[in-house]
Amino acid sequence: MTTVPVVGTVALVVFAILRLTPGDPAAIIAGDSATTEQLEQIRVHLGLDKPMHVQFFLWLLQILRGDLGVSLISGVPVSGMILDRMGPTLALSTTIILFSVIVAIPLGVIAAWRQGTVLDRSVTAFSVLGFSVPVFVNGYLLILLFSISLGWLPVQGYKPLTDGFLPFFVRLILPTLALSTAYIALIARITRTSILEVMGEDYIRTARAKGLKENAVLLRHALRNAAVPIVTIIGVGIAHLIGGVVVTESVFNLPGLGRLVVEAVLARDYPVIQGLILLFSFVNILINLLVDVIYTVIDPRIRY
Amino acid sequence: MTGKVEEPLAPSAFGHLRRTLTSAPVLIALTILGIAILIALLAPFLGTGDPIAIHPGERLKRVSGAHWLGTDAFGRDVYSRVMYGARISLLVGLGAALASVTLGLFIGVIAGYFRMLDSIVMRVMDGIMAIPGILLAIALVTVSGASLMTVVVAITIPEIPRVVRLVRSVILTIRDEPYVEAAIALGTPSPALLLRHMVPNTVAPLMVQGTFVFASAMLTEAAMSFLGVGLPPEFPSWGNIMAEGRIYFQLLPGLILYAGLFLALTVLSVNVVGDAMRDALDPRMARKL
Repeated sequence: MTTVPVVGTVALVVFAILRLTPGDPAAIIAGDSATTEQLEQIRVHLGLDKPMHVQFFLWLLQILRGDLGVSLISGVPVSGMILDRMGPTLALSTTIILFSVIVAIPLGVIAAWRQGTVLDRSVTAFSVLGFSVPVFVNGYLLILLFSISLGWLPVQGYKPLTDGFLPFFVRLILPTLALSTAYIALIARITRTSILEVMGEDYIRTARAKGLKENAVLLRHALRNAAVPIVTIIGVGIAHLIGGVVVTESVFNLPGLGRLVVEAVLARDYPVIQGLILLFSFVNILINLLVDVIYTVIDPRIRY
Repeated sequence: MTGKVEEPLAPSAFGHLRRTLTSAPVLIALTILGIAILIALLAPFLGTGDPIAIHPGERLKRVSGAHWLGTDAFGRDVYSRVMYGARISLLVGLGAALASVTLGLFIGVIAGYFRMLDSIVMRVMDGIMAIPGILLAIALVTVSGASLMTVVVAITIPEIPRVVRLVRSVILTIRDEPYVEAAIALGTPSPALLLRHMVPNTVAPLMVQGTFVFASAMLTEAAMSFLGVGLPPEFPSWGNIMAEGRIYFQLLPGLILYAGLFLALTVLSVNVVGDAMRDALDPRMARKL
């Protein structure tokens, strides 16, 4: 399977980046008043005296055992920090993916169906607009409109599900809208293009000739055959989504993993940065693997 | 499309290109882009003051005759900052686009032409693509310190794999063409073969991809600066302007929204032009998109 080398490369890249940091990790931990012997001790303890490739394999084994290291700032295990702050990120991401897919695909289908009309033109225009406006500008515009001017929704903050569904949900509305726009724009557009391509095929003509209602033609034949590129873009879009989540959590003050990345970067907390990059990359790879599996379900001709 | 006359399919690529590039949205986009470039080039002459000059007595003022877009938390003239900001954003966009296209072309040609290096290069590219772009860029900037150069490089690197894939697929397709075979049979040395026959075929897709990288780079820089992990604060990039305006959003939303508007319009124009170019250069020209 090609996934293993990919994961390996990611690990290598992450490891390389973080070993390239200027400054001696031992000195950072020990502080200014450490003696040379103390620094040497810490180096040995951290395994920094061994050759690079040995360090890499030891680190890899450590990661595979689930030990992502310990925060330089708080001394708390990184994996623990991740588990603690996963909630908001998970909630936001799931809501966004569901919302975007549910809105975008019908939008794309309708645009393709009514090609050339005002509806189609507006969907296309909205698509380009959607991924040109930066997420945070979107976010602030929404806040301006719905929180400040209309006062309908709270400005920022997050309440976990345990505090009740409504408070939880209400605080997710604006962040979801802010980030979904880009994702919806992407998906709707590919859906439209993909369906348009499929509509020219012979079997569509046959279906119509058979007397099938246009609805059935669209849904049963066109959509199923157009599904592959659509599913692909949902998978590819995940990487952008992750980036977007980092920004969105910052705008709306959601205490999730995205905000954690920013905090860790500003504090130069390398183990945390490292752990988060590994986690996000891994999730990205996993979801794209899932997409590959879904292909075989949608299109029986695809076999691995 | 409104205003477009339905002609019988013109077989010439040039005709199609011309029709696409002169349609209304594209012309508007090119105008906006032109204005953005002019702003960037002529910033000092547009009635701007010093973008980094602090006027502590005039902090957080609204739009006025003296300050066309108001002032920020340090009393700096927002209009001047936004105008100068155009330079930085466009520079970053251009830098990243050119760098990614050049490097991507180089690596893609190697992967496509030298079979033995293909798998390993593509695995590395897949690995880089697996890391979400902005995270990789942030990590790279964290490691090498923030400066204009490091930010541009950090933004370029995640964009390279897609360009490599593009170039590689073009090369792989052409590799088996009869004229390539003929050239090889005639004893054409590899470099000439590459340069004269293969690379020219990559130009069109690269131009399209380049415009998308341009747009993406501007957005990424803005996002990074907004989060505080991009360009150092002394650069009045649109992202930095917005970052500084965050705390005062409820008081003066303009601090974020003016720069945001300019950024959105510029990125939008680049995307529209990129789309038009892609439609125009697409070999499946008969499609009525």
